Formats: sequence, C-alpha cells, structure tokens
Amino acid sequence: MVEIRDLNFAYDKRPVLEGINMSFPKGKLITIMGLSGCGKTTLLRHIGGSLKPIKGYVKVDGQVIHDLDQDGLYLMRRKMGMLFQFGALFTDMSVYDNVAFQMREHTDLPEDLIHDLVLMKLNSVGLRGTHDLMPSELSGGMSRRVALARAVALDPMLIMYDEPFAGLDPISLTVVGDLIRRLNDALGATSIVVTHDVQESLKIVDYVYFMSHGVIVAEGTPDEIRASDKAYVRQFVHGEIDGPVPFHYPGGDYRQDLNLRA
Amino acid sequence: MHDTMIPFSKSIRLVGHRTINAVWRIGVATRFFMLTLMYSGNGFRRFHLIIKELFSTGVLSLIIIIVAGLFVGMVLGLQGYETLKRYGSESALGSMVALSLVRELGPVIAALLFASRAGSAMTAEIGLMKATEQISAMEMMAVNPIARIVAPRFWAGVISMPLLAALFSAVGVFGGYFVGVVQIGVDEGSFWSQMQSAVDFRDDILNGVIKSFVFGTVVTIIALFEGYDAPPTAEGVSGATTRTVVTSSLAILMLDFVLTAIMFRGT
Repeated sequence: MVEIRDLNFAYDKRPVLEGINMSFPKGKLITIMGLSGCGKTTLLRHIGGSLKPIKGYVKVDGQVIHDLDQDGLYLMRRKMGMLFQFGALFTDMSVYDNVAFQMREHTDLPEDLIHDLVLMKLNSVGLRGTHDLMPSELSGGMSRRVALARAVALDPMLIMYDEPFAGLDPISLTVVGDLIRRLNDALGATSIVVTHDVQESLKIVDYVYFMSHGVIVAEGTPDEIRASDKAYVRQFVHGEIDGPVPFHYPGGDYRQDLNLRA
Repeated sequence: MHDTMIPFSKSIRLVGHRTINAVWRIGVATRFFMLTLMYSGNGFRRFHLIIKELFSTGVLSLIIIIVAGLFVGMVLGLQGYETLKRYGSESALGSMVALSLVRELGPVIAALLFASRAGSAMTAEIGLMKATEQISAMEMMAVNPIARIVAPRFWAGVISMPLLAALFSAVGVFGGYFVGVVQIGVDEGSFWSQMQSAVDFRDDILNGVIKSFVFGTVVTIIALFEGYDAPPTAEGVSGATTRTVVTSSLAILMLDFVLTAIMFRGT
C-alpha cells in the first residue's frame, strides 16, 4: 500500500530523514515510534504529499506521491484519512457538519443519505449523541473520536494518525487505541500510527518502526520489540532516564558554568 | 577603523536583509491575491459560503459603523456650522456635511473601522485555524483551503465594505442634520436643497463607492494574507493581528491620497 525507498529530506541544510526504507502492506496497522523531533511527523507529511524528498521516493497505491500534480494529489488524498494530534476539528462547525464535511465537498449524495452516514460514523466511535454539539463542548478524548469519525468518513484505504494518544486520560487512551484497531480491520485499510506512547501502541499494532535522528534504528513485531536487547529500544520501551538518549542536553563545562575554580 | 566597519557593514546587511524580506513578502502576498481570485469560482457557485461570511464581516460590523457614523456626522454639523457662520454661509451646512462624508470620511473612516473590527477578526480566525491544524486537515481532505476558507471571506469583505461606507455616510448626514437643523436651527429647506445641488452622483457618490471598493479589497486581502501567513503560535497570531490593523490603516490613508489626487484633481 505504501512503499518508502531511500527517503532523504532536510530543512535548509539540516538533515531530518536519511535513507529511510519502509513498507506498509495492505490491511496492516503499523506504528512509527521515536522521540519528539526524530522525523516521524515529517515522514507522515511525505506520505500525505505535503513535502517533497530531496532523494528517494514514497509510493502510495503504486503511485509516486510527490510526482503527482495538484489534481492528482487531491485525488489521491480522497483515498486517505488523517487524524491530527489534537483532532483539528473545524471550530466553526458542529460535530455533525465536521463529519459531513468531506461528503458534501466530494460527493453529490443527497442530504438525507449524508445524515444517515454521519450518524453511522459517529455511532461507530460511540458519539452519535454529540452530533448537535460544537467542538468546544467536547472533551479532548471525545474530540479525538469525532476527528476519527471524520477521518474515516469516505472509507479511506490509508489512515494516518499523528500522535493520537497525546494528552488523553487512561480510559480515552484505551478507547481510541481500540477504535484505531477496529476501524482498520472493519475498513480493510492500512493504518500508520505515529506515536511515542509505547504501551498503548504495542497492544494494538502489527509492526513497529523505531526512529532516532532521522534514521530507522530498530523494527519488528511488538513481541520482538519487547524482547529487544538494543539499548535505544530498551531505554524507550522501559522509559529509562539515561542511556543512548542522554539525560543532559549537551553544554559547556559544569564547573566553568558555575564559575568554580578547578 | 576595522572596529567601526563591523557595525557599519552589519547595518548595511540588516537593511539589505529587511528590504529583500519586504519585497519577498509583497511577492508572496500578490501570489496569494492571484490564487484567491483564481479559486473564487467555487465561492460563487456555492454562494451560501459568501452569505455566511457576509454576516460575520458585514452584519456584525453594523453597530460600530452606525454609531461612529452618527457621531462623526454630529461633529461635522457642529464644526461646520461654527466655521460657515463666520462667512454667513450656514445654509451651505448640508452640502459641506454630505460632501465631506461621501468623498472622504465615509469611505476612509468606515474602512479604518472595518480593518479594526472585521479585518483583525479574519486574521485571528485564520491564524488560529492554522495553529490548530484545521487548514492542514482541510488540505489532507483534498479541499483547497484558499477556495473554501479564503475566497468566500475575500468576496464578503469586498461586497460589504462599500455598503458599510454608504451606511456610514447616510447615518453621518442624519447626524449632521440632527445637530445643524434640529439642535442649532439651520433652515431645513436650505440644508437639504444645498446638499442636493452640491452632491454630484458621478463625481462624488460614485467616486466614494470606488474608494470604498478599493479599500475593501486591500483591507480584506491584507487581513486574509496575514492570517494565512501567521506563524502557528499564540505570539505569531497576535503579531499578525496587529500587523493587519497597522498595515491596513496605512494602506487606506495612502491609497486615499492617491485616489483623491486622481479623482478630484482640478474639480
């Protein structure tokens, strides 16, 4: 479904992605993990066609995404759904209108059919009763679930999630995790979850890529990741304070900074 | 010698850097304006999108425009009477109030108020939409944000500005009438008849409408561009909102001089 080969990207001259190779087969739920700033979201933006690589390619459904013109890209994006970190619901529209947005923009479906579809989508995330509410009246977890209903409104073949678990309480965390798995299986779609929530994502995903400083440092199934003896993976999975990712940000000599004599 | 050269070359470099940035920004804003025009078809096909924005830019600006117009007209009536009385021409109060409003104060003050109320609101709204990833979400849904968000707001601004300026002038004339005729006692017949004979439809009213149309276009595109271009942070959005009001106000006053010079030179 998605194939990434030798992907390189830099902001100005600062490399962000270097030689990335990944495969996302159809029907699978795959997570990309790593610390903040390791290039996960940049990678997701490449898959969505928002960024062009300086070397390598990203193929989605057999087409090199960054070679498409705007019409081609928009056509491809109709087959994709994306859940943003904090939902990104349109704040001037009700929950109902948010979910109906793509149906109204991209289809000629009659309003009564859109009504039924919207309620079915909202029901699938357990929030049919909120259709009259405005996004400001929803909790963080509920916003994320409405955004999920909106992301799958047109039954996409590829769903991308950017930090779907960030800032959620334990119950919402489990609910959102469970929905991601169920929706992926129900739609027969491919899902890519970018996250640093290890425990929740290892429970639901089929395969894991670990990234650090723009390169893939480890990959495998959740069981392989849990059993990994790689120092970086161990530190990340078990949340250890010190390791390959140091506790201290690089700085000058401590004594000198405190004006102490040797 | 060498030490004084360093700050000097730094200043030159800074001036050069700022000039290049300013030119670059004007280029990006022009491109943004062209794209807005290019993607306007969708807004006209789905006119309800423009109607919705007309409410927030036009209808919600009504109170400030009416109140400001009334007071400006009242001040004009008062000041105009005091000045005209010295020359024994109080009867010309109606034409003075009307010409001041229709030619200058109506379009200019209404545009300044429009920039502060509707323009700043547009910038803040679009800036916050960008900061909360709503614009990115729209792009990922294969919906062009310039066609869906920017173009309807642009046309709503362009349509509502001349109407607001006309309303400002009309209410201002009423304010001048209230102070001049009702309060001070200027002859009502000469107030209206002088106004009728002095105000020309093409030279005065039409030129005033053209001015407010130009101001509406400029203020709205500045407001939309600043919002769309704002860094997606609280500081970025607040800075963009301030820039909208400052840049729009300066642009209105500058353009007013240029348009006045073109329209009324030698009349």
